[in-house]
Amino acid sequence: MPEQLFQFLVTGITVGSLYALVGLGFALIYNASDVVNFAQGEFVMLGAMAAIALQNAGFPLFLAAIVATLLTVGVGLLLERFAIEPAVGASVVSTIIITIGAAIFLRGVALLLWGKDFYALPPFSGDTPIQLGGATVLPQSLWVLGVTVVLVLLVRAFFNRTLPGKALLACSYNRVAAQAVGINVKVMLRLAYGLSAGLGALAGILIAPITFSSYEAGVMLGLKGFSAAIVGGIGNPMGAVAGGLLLGVLEALGAGFISSGYKDAIAFLFVLMVLFFEPTGLFGHKSAERV
Amino acid sequence: MRRLLKVFGVVSLLLAGIGLAHAADPIKIGSFLTVTGPASFLGDPELKTLQMYIEDLNAKGGVNGRKIELIHYDTGGNTKDAVNFVKRLIKSDNVDVLIGGTTTGDTMAVIPNVEKEGIPFISLAGAVEIIEPVKKWVFKVPHTDRMAAAKILGDIRKRGLSKVALITGDGGFDKSGRTQVLELAPNYGITLVADESYGNKDTDMTTQLTKIRSSGAEAIINFGLGQAPAIVTKNVKQLGITLPLYQSHGVASQTFIDLAGAAAEGVRLPAAALVVAEQLPNTDPQKPVLLAYKNKYEAKYGPVSTFGGHAYDGLMITVAAIQRAGGTDKAKVRDEIEKTSGFIGTAGVFNMSPEDHMGLNLDAFKLVEIHNGTWKIIE
Amino acid sequence: MRLAGFYIFAAVVALLPVLFPDNYFVVVVGTSAGLHVILAVGLNLLIGYAGQISLGHAAFFGLGAYASAILSTRFDWPSLLALVAGLIAAGLIAWVFARPILRLRGHYLAMATLGFGIIAHVIMVQATQWTGGPDGLAGIPPLNLLGWQVDGDLQWYGVIAAAMLLVVWLSLNLVDSQVGRALRAVHGSEFAARMMGIDTARTKTQAFVVSAVFAAFAGSLFAHQQAFVSPDSFNLTVSVELVTMVVLGGLASTFGAVCGAIALTLLQQGLVVFEDYEMLIHGALLMAVMIFMPQGLFVGLTQAAHRLGSTLARSKFRRSLD
Repeated sequence: MPEQLFQFLVTGITVGSLYALVGLGFALIYNASDVVNFAQGEFVMLGAMAAIALQNAGFPLFLAAIVATLLTVGVGLLLERFAIEPAVGASVVSTIIITIGAAIFLRGVALLLWGKDFYALPPFSGDTPIQLGGATVLPQSLWVLGVTVVLVLLVRAFFNRTLPGKALLACSYNRVAAQAVGINVKVMLRLAYGLSAGLGALAGILIAPITFSSYEAGVMLGLKGFSAAIVGGIGNPMGAVAGGLLLGVLEALGAGFISSGYKDAIAFLFVLMVLFFEPTGLFGHKSAERV
Repeated sequence: MRRLLKVFGVVSLLLAGIGLAHAADPIKIGSFLTVTGPASFLGDPELKTLQMYIEDLNAKGGVNGRKIELIHYDTGGNTKDAVNFVKRLIKSDNVDVLIGGTTTGDTMAVIPNVEKEGIPFISLAGAVEIIEPVKKWVFKVPHTDRMAAAKILGDIRKRGLSKVALITGDGGFDKSGRTQVLELAPNYGITLVADESYGNKDTDMTTQLTKIRSSGAEAIINFGLGQAPAIVTKNVKQLGITLPLYQSHGVASQTFIDLAGAAAEGVRLPAAALVVAEQLPNTDPQKPVLLAYKNKYEAKYGPVSTFGGHAYDGLMITVAAIQRAGGTDKAKVRDEIEKTSGFIGTAGVFNMSPEDHMGLNLDAFKLVEIHNGTWKIIE
Repeated sequence: MRLAGFYIFAAVVALLPVLFPDNYFVVVVGTSAGLHVILAVGLNLLIGYAGQISLGHAAFFGLGAYASAILSTRFDWPSLLALVAGLIAAGLIAWVFARPILRLRGHYLAMATLGFGIIAHVIMVQATQWTGGPDGLAGIPPLNLLGWQVDGDLQWYGVIAAAMLLVVWLSLNLVDSQVGRALRAVHGSEFAARMMGIDTARTKTQAFVVSAVFAAFAGSLFAHQQAFVSPDSFNLTVSVELVTMVVLGGLASTFGAVCGAIALTLLQQGLVVFEDYEMLIHGALLMAVMIFMPQGLFVGLTQAAHRLGSTLARSKFRRSLD
């Protein structure tokens, strides 16, 4: 039993760190623009698919990863410029539909480029499982975990230590005030979209060796990432990370001890419960209603 | 005068048009497949196969001197769309026969309409419930999931094992495979010690497999489609589980071997003879049919899959029935499809009857093992 | 004159099958559009008037469908009784969940309703012994209305058209009633509405319950019409489509919802011919409409028509649209 529990936890944390990475992207964009970007999962898919395509075209893995990330950043910037900027001030519902439209559009592009097949990326450092106490992990999962930790620390440092990071944070609290003190809100918006597209792409590349990828791979990840961001309190990057890990561990424990068929229902029931008792997530800032 | 000439011209054109239309009135085959969505890897080769062979038949002058016209709609795996498209095919496009229904869900959803309208329908989906009980107008050409379960359970018993763990996805194919294994296991003296489930888009199944590892199972059966069985296979290796792993015919394609990589070594599964065509003895009557289809498909589209083969079987059975019926009278074509006997297709030798609207027996499945990244017949 | 638009709409619906007898697009696509209208009009009460988003409305659609399917196949209930049971069940569940869920705002509400929809879908897939699992339930008997068996596409067109007109009529009246005014006040500013003495929680709950009951109504008709239900018809994609219909047509306008439902149904039928390009075009259109016509198709198009016709009979147009 304790051995099983340990494996469940290890599984939960590996899956959770993946949700955390996607959730982080949601939080970044929400911070800058009050928009929940439902195309975040598609960034993950694009990163993975582009890296796989480049690698198949003969690029070394490392270079393929960098180029794929940059390409996805480009897509993120285009999305911001042509779909988000023209709709500034739109209602929550409208922005949800716009980003869902963008997600469908990007899926359509991927379908035309790569067809409907599943693709895999070779693992970065082999396939030999690593023993951890009684549990086993793939080396690739350690890559996911490691890079997640590094990225989380970088994002944290970016917000706390750098000027653009602080400016971005200022936009999230009060856009008008931010503009008044000389912050270029437009540039900040682009920065946020570029950053979270890049984060999404990196997440996609990291997990492609484990989960494979196809033009539809972003749907489920986007959903889980959104849940992570909400549970943690939307707009709080560290909350999204915590939410992702929590969700992953919960799914694993639910599948392990209750029912694997109902594990998604268990996870979402938990999300509902959190919201019933903490209507703004576990670590969200309570905002006053605007009259 | 000029006006009269004009009228005459128009009338004669019209008449010629009618005459032409009559002489070359095409045979209309209606098709609804899942070409996009999660089951696209099934529907995509099916559509390509239909298109390729219909083009081919037309180039050779068509059937009974008539061209064949394919009218196809993509259901995207949405049963509601499947129902509407079938109505559209029957009512608006006036098709003569239906070939399609990639998934069991799509097929089951349209059966009430097919039966009501009375149109021959050859389904390309797997579940046994499509033809049991027999429905007047409904036929199917792929092997049933019950046959797959029987093949797997038979092999497990042959190895002298009796405790089995089952792990399945949450799709229609997975669930009905699970039902068949649960129903048939007692007949083979096999007990199920674990029955786990996962979501078809899940990224990690180690939790379920950890439970299976400590369940005392002697073999694992996984029914699933798409990338999930490849993840299961990798996770089994990752956890250091050395039990025999059985997959279903749902993953009998090169993609599965590519995705699962080294972890796929030693995995056994029931598969249509198509995947091991080259290894069949030359005396096997199926061999030339299989190689012809395989070479033709691969020359045009790349690696062949057994699912496209089902479309080939469905189309050829239909064409033969129309030839025998001497036309497209729906009732006659239906009767002729039912009389199909000794037809050698990619899935096996078909012998249909009023009691059996599929006409394949267990021999049609070969049990194969993945060995050095390719398939090997083990019986 | 308040219901002039309604009468015109009803006349068009009634005339279509007469003008185009036995036409696939009228009879089959028309029934599909009719069900979508019922769903969209109901959801519009919640999203458009009360200002509360729901990304899980397919759950109620499915609840009605499965209630009818299960009760009439496994328990041999008469179809009409099964339908009513489905409506009551949907209403009760909506009522129980309304307060905790509608306490949430914006994206948190989106998340909660999304989760609700996913949980419902998981149950449809996993509770195989009741729901038939992912392969669904077949053999649902036709609807029996006091001895009359609804059979054939034309009869179904009639029944669904009647049901749809009933829902549209109810919605138009509801919106114009005291409840409707309270709803709009809640949408404008919940805080201000509360100050005015409106029980905002109760008002939102009412909207939620009514829209859930409408969705279940559509679901029950759907189950009997298709004679088959499976979880695919009630997944997240469907929930998103429903919201799209409401927003596409134009929020807080019953005819906007009608317009959106019909437009999306036709769009889906029309895009089929584009095969691999379908997704691309669908996504691009969604974005384009929301960016360039944020008030939706109905308002956007009627405004365009206004500008066109303003040189001539400007006032005639406006009156008929109100």
